[in-house]
Amino acid sequence: MSELLADQPGERRLFLGNEAIVRGALEAGVRLAATYPGTPASEIGDRLYVVSRQTDLYFEYSTNEKVALEVAAGAAASGWRALCSMKHVGLNVAADALMTLGYVGVKAGMVIVSADDPSLFSSQNEQDNRYYAKLAGLPMLEPASPQEAKDMTRAAFELSEELGLPVMLRTTTRINHTRGAVTLGPLPSAPGKAGRFQKDPFNLVMVPAVARKAHARLVEKYDRAREQAEASRFNTITGEGPWGIAASGVAAAYVQDALLELGLKDKVTFLKLGFTHPLPAKLVGEFLARVEKVLVVEELEPFLEEHIKAVAQESGLTLPIHGKGRELFSRLYEYDPALVRGVVARYFGVPDEPGKALAPAGIFGQPLPDRPPNLCPGCPHRAMYYAVKIALQELGVEGIFPTDIGCYTLGLLPPLSMADFLICMGSSITTACGIARATGRKVVAFIGDSTFFHAGLTGLANAVHNNHDVLLIILDNGTTAMTGHQPHPGVTLTPPDYPGRPIDIAGVVKALGVEQSRVVNPFKYKESLAATKEAIAARGVRVLISQAPCHLYVQRIKGKKSKARFQVVDACGDCRHCLDYFGCPAMYVKPDAGVSQMFIDHDLCAGCAFCVQFCECIRPVKGSAR
Amino acid sequence: MSTTENRKQKTENVRIYLTGVGGQGTLLASRLLGEAALAAGFEPLVSETHGMAQRGGIVVSTVVLGDLKSPIISPGEADVLLGFEALETFRALNFCNRRTLVIANTGVIPPYTVAVGQAQYPPVSRLVALMSEAVDSLLAFDAGVLAREAGSPLAVNMVLLGALAATDYLPLSRESLLEVIRTRTNPKFLDANLTAFQKGAEVAENPGGWLGAIP
Repeated sequence: MSELLADQPGERRLFLGNEAIVRGALEAGVRLAATYPGTPASEIGDRLYVVSRQTDLYFEYSTNEKVALEVAAGAAASGWRALCSMKHVGLNVAADALMTLGYVGVKAGMVIVSADDPSLFSSQNEQDNRYYAKLAGLPMLEPASPQEAKDMTRAAFELSEELGLPVMLRTTTRINHTRGAVTLGPLPSAPGKAGRFQKDPFNLVMVPAVARKAHARLVEKYDRAREQAEASRFNTITGEGPWGIAASGVAAAYVQDALLELGLKDKVTFLKLGFTHPLPAKLVGEFLARVEKVLVVEELEPFLEEHIKAVAQESGLTLPIHGKGRELFSRLYEYDPALVRGVVARYFGVPDEPGKALAPAGIFGQPLPDRPPNLCPGCPHRAMYYAVKIALQELGVEGIFPTDIGCYTLGLLPPLSMADFLICMGSSITTACGIARATGRKVVAFIGDSTFFHAGLTGLANAVHNNHDVLLIILDNGTTAMTGHQPHPGVTLTPPDYPGRPIDIAGVVKALGVEQSRVVNPFKYKESLAATKEAIAARGVRVLISQAPCHLYVQRIKGKKSKARFQVVDACGDCRHCLDYFGCPAMYVKPDAGVSQMFIDHDLCAGCAFCVQFCECIRPVKGSAR
Repeated sequence: MSTTENRKQKTENVRIYLTGVGGQGTLLASRLLGEAALAAGFEPLVSETHGMAQRGGIVVSTVVLGDLKSPIISPGEADVLLGFEALETFRALNFCNRRTLVIANTGVIPPYTVAVGQAQYPPVSRLVALMSEAVDSLLAFDAGVLAREAGSPLAVNMVLLGALAATDYLPLSRESLLEVIRTRTNPKFLDANLTAFQKGAEVAENPGGWLGAIP
């Protein structure tokens, strides 16, 4: 049984922030949960999936975040507590639903987890999603630790029901991916009831006349939400002294350590904010009245800072309030304890002794070699990229490559260099249309299978309908690999007892009106090269579906590893073709070997047998079975 | 180095920085440290790298014990650096100061840029020599060899944990770590893991193995 279902109230467990969120939802009796995977939120869905196979919780990997939010909204409108989780940019996809969901409201508690990614560890931007709470008029909680992540998730369901509004739980990577001690609470003992949808179209169907009233209702709820924030146990003032610090999220943890290490616990009044929208104006006013100057510590945008300054203005206070600025905090990237401690010390004029960090490059005397991430050995994406590179070369054409979001985005790096433009999920195919229209050049767009279902379908329909001239290559590796191998509508190889029904991608492409489409196996080089050349040479909308499963995923599901191994049999000289065009991580050169030759590391080789098809110097190792 | 009497107090702050390459088991090592600390009554914080960074890239995790609330470690502020790969250990020196205890596997996983001849992997002997000048206490050895001797090439993490447990930098007993290894690692590899842990401890217990001024 999942550790998250342990029915031992009072026990402490070492939970990841994401696991703590799941536990909080389970303690709150969540009945339905939906997600689209995305780092740093992915483990929320993955743990919920496991729990759903062991309990009566309904969980789904939805096709995208908008779908997930709407499925959850439907359940919450029918009396089921519901949760949906996504990475920060996922909320952009779901924003259309989010903006009007507050008008409609919820009948049972609904929690929307938005996991922001300061420093862009695995994202295309570092937007601050707290503004969504403000934009949509929804209450928001911001945990500063895994324990708070659990407590706040649980509390968010109650709050949501009291207000009849969905509640946002806004985390950052450091909360999602930190393990900490979490004290278990009780799980609900009574089985969940069947949902019931109470018809009420003149409050639930957002046509203009209804929505006008609904907006007024939302504005009234804002005032009630603010009263809740005033009384919330997640907003506290501790310590006393003329210096004030206000903080939220993991930045609040950095502040606590800074106060400890600078010995300022008795000099600083600390406003720790966990219920950050609507901001508790009275509490903030009380805090401001007690101090002479204020430092606001929050990662990314000056969300609290601007609110706090507004409260000061309304209270007629003119004390200095600062957060972002020169010599202060940046709007960029995540903070760290010493950075926060340094700014606190500078702002209040106390000494700080930072640890004297060693400088590795300085000690070494030159920059250290980088270690960029790379597509794995045996990755089908690399094989397809290779075919496209060679096809273009043989045709004497230079291609432009709009790409999309997934492992294959790593094709950006040399030697593949197969990415020229990327904004967001699904943008490969649509931006390709604009680029091709404007330039008249050969445009080859790449999209993964999961991303295709997430945001590619409408773009492809548009390309067909508007007679664009693009080649779309769907890199179908049978899973959502980058985020941890979650299923999606196109998958056929699934974990045992996965209930999802597969949809054939080739059938979808055909049904969208694409007349020139083909499925190729990227590991059959001759075949994929011929098909690629033909597709590049043609005009109109062409689709190639490059179909071969993610090698890591197959290993995980089937527990089998290919035993075939390959070697370079002759000194291949200074050719370097494989390194310059293919770049498998199992390939290496020995600078001191005295011969110019490429080698294959048998421990890293996945046995995909692709390189052997394009290079005569590479041959199977005798006795290594396929 | 091997004394267990001078263990740090539960309130004393200890920051452990773990670095390596995807697949080396850094996350399991940090999780085991966290679990052992939790069982011993601490409020541990363990921060992990997930997602994109793991495709052959650098994997970093941190374990923070004591009164601290911050899950991550700032440059210059690690008390211990547990390095799983020679170059990555060296690269992480910016999280260390002179007094940081460094336990370094001298095993090498060449980055792709090195493998294809675009960059050169620094000689490990030079990395070790430079590290031993930069920090007061360094234990550098080939943990991969010991892991293989113990019966599992993947047990590098256990070797390094064993070495760390044998120092007095950890406010945890060796037994508390062994207990989580018994309960939290794959039973198939348990014997190899326990042997690997023991071999790592033995290296740390030999005063002759330490470089720099031993504390």
